Amino acid sequence: MKFSFSEEQTEFRNMLRRFLQDRSPTAELRRVSETEAGYDPEIWRAMAEDLGVTAIHIPEAYGGAGFGVSELAIAAEEAGRALLPSPFFGSTVLAATAIAEAGTEAQKRALLPGIASGRTVAALAAAEPGAGWNADAFAANAESDGDSWRLRGRKSYVLDGMAADLVVAAARLPDGGLGLFSLPADSAGLARRPLQSMDPTRRLAEMTLDDAQADLLGGPEAGGSAWARTLDIAAVCLAGEMVGGAERLREDALEYVSMRMQFGRSIASFQVTKHKAADMLLEVELAKAAAYYAAAAADDDEEVDQPLTALASLAKAAASDAYMQTAIHAVQMHGGIGFTHDNDTQLWFKRAKASEVFLGSAADHRERMLQHWNA
Amino acid sequence: MTDMTEDDIRAEARAWLTENWDPERGLVEWRNILIDSGWGVPHWPEEWHGRGLPVGMTPVVEEEFDKLGAVGVAKMGIRTLAAATILEHGTDLHKQRFLRGILTGEETWCQLFSEPGSGSDLAGAVTRADFQGGKWIINGQKVWNTSAHHADFGLLLARTDWDAVKHQGLSYFLLDMRQPGVQVHQLKQMNGHASFNQVFFTDAVVEPEYQIGGLGEGWKVATTTLMHERRGADGVRRYATGSDRPGRIYEEERAEVATVMAPYVWYPQRTGRADLLIERAKAAGRWDDPAVRQEVAKALTLARTAEWTARRAREAQQMGLPQGPEGSIGKLAASIVARACAKAHTMIAGPDAMLTGEDDGTDGVVAEILVSTPAISIAGGTDEIQRNIISERILSMPKEARYDTDRPFRDVPRNQVG
Repeated sequence: MKFSFSEEQTEFRNMLRRFLQDRSPTAELRRVSETEAGYDPEIWRAMAEDLGVTAIHIPEAYGGAGFGVSELAIAAEEAGRALLPSPFFGSTVLAATAIAEAGTEAQKRALLPGIASGRTVAALAAAEPGAGWNADAFAANAESDGDSWRLRGRKSYVLDGMAADLVVAAARLPDGGLGLFSLPADSAGLARRPLQSMDPTRRLAEMTLDDAQADLLGGPEAGGSAWARTLDIAAVCLAGEMVGGAERLREDALEYVSMRMQFGRSIASFQVTKHKAADMLLEVELAKAAAYYAAAAADDDEEVDQPLTALASLAKAAASDAYMQTAIHAVQMHGGIGFTHDNDTQLWFKRAKASEVFLGSAADHRERMLQHWNA
Repeated sequence: MTDMTEDDIRAEARAWLTENWDPERGLVEWRNILIDSGWGVPHWPEEWHGRGLPVGMTPVVEEEFDKLGAVGVAKMGIRTLAAATILEHGTDLHKQRFLRGILTGEETWCQLFSEPGSGSDLAGAVTRADFQGGKWIINGQKVWNTSAHHADFGLLLARTDWDAVKHQGLSYFLLDMRQPGVQVHQLKQMNGHASFNQVFFTDAVVEPEYQIGGLGEGWKVATTTLMHERRGADGVRRYATGSDRPGRIYEEERAEVATVMAPYVWYPQRTGRADLLIERAKAAGRWDDPAVRQEVAKALTLARTAEWTARRAREAQQMGLPQGPEGSIGKLAASIVARACAKAHTMIAGPDAMLTGEDDGTDGVVAEILVSTPAISIAGGTDEIQRNIISERILSMPKEARYDTDRPFRDVPRNQVG
C-alpha cells in the first residue's frame, strides 16, 4: 500500500490538523509573521513537547520517535495546509536529516537530541546565490585546521537561518568533494542577516562564513551522498507541504465562489467556474499521488520501480506546478478581493511562489528526475 | 449452490473441465457443451445457462479454465452488453432467442445509441419508432457504432413518443440488422482507421415482441447497458489475449478475437504512448536537447501521476474507504496525459512529425499517435462532460441549467441539421 494511511497515521494527521486549526488560525499567523522571530515560540514548544513533531523521523537512539519520511511528510502537508510559520522545515526536515544522513554516531548523539526536543533550532546553509541548490556549483570551501575545519563562503536562502542555534553548512573539501559541517550559529566568523522574504511565513537568511570553525559531519566521503538524500527527503516533504497548501487554497476558493452572487446567480453556477474548479481538483490530486508515492519510496524503495531521487524530484516538480497554478486560479476566482492584503489567498499565493523555486525550480527537478530515471 | 465455499466451487469446476475439456472440438460445439453445464457463465441464473454463483466466484472458475487452457464462452465486444441488458430487462422469449447465440459467439451485436445530433446528450435521440400495421417501423440515423458492419443484431434506442418529456419518450428494441431497411456505412476517422459505422434506417422493421422494457422505458434500459459498458471498459483488453496454442479450437477463438479487436488496433496510440518517449528521443538523437527533456519529463510525470492516482483509488476501495475524488478524475487525466505526450512526441520528431507511414521513421506509429490522441478527450464522455460531473457530483457545485426536461420533447430546441 503506497497511497493509503494506517489508522495511526490518520490519527496523527487529524490531531495535527485540529491543533493547527485551533492554535494557528489565519489571524494568528498574520500576527506572528509580523514579529521579528517570525514564529510563535509557544506553538513551537507545544508542537515539540506535546505532539512530538520535531522528533518524528529522528531515530529513537538520538532522542527521536523513529518514524519514517511518510509521517514526516504528513506533518509537512498539514503545516503547509495551515501555512504554519515555524522552523519545522528548516530545522526538523532539512538540518536534522542532513545530520542524520552524514554524521558519525558521536555527532548524531551530540546534535540530534536537541533538535528532536525542539530546544535546539538548526538550519541548513547549502544554497548559494549563483548555484541555487546545485551542489556541483557550490563555491564555499573548507580548509583543514587540525581536528576541525575553517569555512569560507557565502550562503543564501537559508531557511530559518535567523532562528537557528545550530548551523549545518555545505562546503567544498580540498579534494573537490562535498562536505557537510556543523557549527554553532554564534560562532566567530559566521555573520548572518535576515533576507527580505516575499513570503513572510517562510523566513530566509544570508550567511557569510569567514574562517568560521566547524566540524565535518562524518568522514570526507559522507557529504555527497548525504546531501543527495537530504535533498530527496526535503523535496518529498516540500511536495507534501505544497499539496497541503494547494488543497487548502482550492477548498477556500470553492467555498468563496459558492457564496458569491453576480448577475442574480451564484458564480459557482457558471460553467467556466465549474470547469476551472474541476481542473484544480485534478491537478492537486495528481500532485498528491506523486507526493504520497515518493514518501513511501523514501521509507521503502524495494517495491518502487524508480529510484527515490527520480520520484522525489518528480513529486517536487509536479507539486510546485500544481500549487502555483492553484494559487493563480484561486486569486482569479476571488476577483478583486483576491488581490487585497486582507484576503487570505495572498498568503498562500506567496508560499506557492516561494516554494516554486525553493530547493530548485520545477525545470531543475524535471532534469534531475530524468538523470535518475529508470527507462 | 451459493453456500458452497470457494474451494468447493474450484474443485467442482476443475472436475467438470477435466472430464469434458477437449481442444479437438469445434469452438461452437464446445461452447454449447459449456453452456449446458453452467460453467461458462457461472454467475448467471441456473435457468439461463449459469449456476447462480456470486459474481465474485467467476474469477475463481476462470482461473481453472486458464490452468487447463480451456476456451470459455464468447465474452468480448458489445455482446456482453446485449447479454446484460437482456438478462435484466428481457422477456423469456428474448432470453430464449438470444442468450445462447451470444455465448456461442455465433451471433454478434452492436449498440445503436449515439446519433449525429446527440452524442453527449444521448437521451436527445430522434431516430423514430412508429407503430404501424402491428410492427415498429424505424427511421433515422445512428453513428459511432462499433462492429455494426458485421453485427447480426442491434441494441436500438429510438423515440416512440414525441409528446412525452425527453427521457420518457424513448423505447428500446432488439433489432435484426440483416434486413433491407438497415444500411451500414463505415465511418472513416481522422487517423485513417474505420473503427465505427453509421447506420441508416429506412422503414426498418422490429416485431412488437422484440421491444425490451416497457413503452417509454427505453432510457431506463439504456442505463443498464451504459453501466455495463463503463464497468467492462477494461474487460475488452483483458479478454484480448487469445491463446497462441496450436489446435482447431484455438484458431477459431483467435479469429473471433481478431475480428472483435480490429476496431481497437490504434487504441494504444490514442493514449499518447508515454512508454515510447525516451526510446524515441534517444533514437532521434534529441535526448540531449534540454527543451525536449523538459517536455518528456512533463509527459512522464502526468502519465505516472495519473497511474498512481488510479492505484490510490483502488487501494482506498480495497480498504473499504468511501470513494474520494481520486476515483473520478481518471478520464480527464487521460486526456491531459495524451496531449502532453503528443506534444513531446512532436518535439522529438521535429520536421518528421509532418510525415507518416514508412517515411516518419517509426512505421507510422508516431504519426498515428499525433492524429489519434484527439479521440481520448471525446470518446466515452467528453472532457466537458467529465468536468461537469466532477464539479457537480464531487465539488457539489450547481447543476447546469436545462431546457429539455420541463416540456414535451417536441418543443425542445434541437439541431436544425443532422
